[in-house]
Amino acid sequence: MATNVAVIRFPGTNCEFDVVEVVQQLGAQAQIVFHDEPSLGSADAVVIAGGFAHGDYLRPGAIARFSPVMEAVASFAQSGGPVVGICNGFQVLTEANLLPGALQKNAGLKFRCGFTELRVENSNSVLTSEAQVGEILSIPINHFEGNYTCSSETLAELQGEDRVLFRYVTNPNGSVDDIAGICNEGRNVVGLMPHPERACHDLLGSRDGIVLMSSLLHAAGLNAGLPN
Amino acid sequence: MMFDVVVEVRLRAGIADPQGATIERALPALGFDGVTGVSVGKSIRFSLQAADESAAHAVVTDLCHRFLTNPVIEDSEISLHPAEVAAH
Repeated sequence: MATNVAVIRFPGTNCEFDVVEVVQQLGAQAQIVFHDEPSLGSADAVVIAGGFAHGDYLRPGAIARFSPVMEAVASFAQSGGPVVGICNGFQVLTEANLLPGALQKNAGLKFRCGFTELRVENSNSVLTSEAQVGEILSIPINHFEGNYTCSSETLAELQGEDRVLFRYVTNPNGSVDDIAGICNEGRNVVGLMPHPERACHDLLGSRDGIVLMSSLLHAAGLNAGLPN
Repeated sequence: MMFDVVVEVRLRAGIADPQGATIERALPALGFDGVTGVSVGKSIRFSLQAADESAAHAVVTDLCHRFLTNPVIEDSEISLHPAEVAAH
């Protein structure tokens, strides 16, 4: 049986089909789970896809965190299940307190859209287990509020516990310490602003996202108790 | 009792405010010199039914902390007063 990835869709999510496409391309199953569902079904991993959940009204992720599905996501995360929030999904995870810090408006108030170079800083997480530390990945970003901000205590914690997974080679948005993606203490919840699902095919200009998505599917397989 | 509530949400001290900075930089070009410390926030207005003023304040404080602000980057200031009753 193939591993099964739940892809969360809020009203305003717009990257869920890209994630489903890549998951299927890599040989696993994906199901879209709408925000009002109280359960994730038989998911082995969860992806909170990008977009503009609930129109980003009030703040990105502020309303989404109260959606019924988020309780299921939180308990799945607490039980060690792999959860990845991409772009708007990262914003949702910080608002839901599943990851620390917040995503502020980009420095310079520019909407940034294009390929960025990411340096993999740590391979001990559900999204980076198959990547090499120091590897540079070409992955697109597409955001206005991707400027990662946190208290100096939180930053020291993230650095001290090696929880910064990705840094921008050239900081596009003002993020503190060039942070592009982080994980929680358990290393099973990951948030990142760049879109690995948009970099999994030659036609899209990069295949560098595959190593990340296949790391996630590997973690999903372990979570499902499947042999490797 | 009915209360009129205004919550002013603003960025915490030390959090970069690119909108405020952009406005401040634009002002001299318009001939407004001497303006400093520009910051941009938002105000949220609503009516609230509560037993008394301290109960209303407690509800709004909780609402601010859990929903209207992100305490990582934002502060809020609450002003609240009994709604004016329309004259007959």
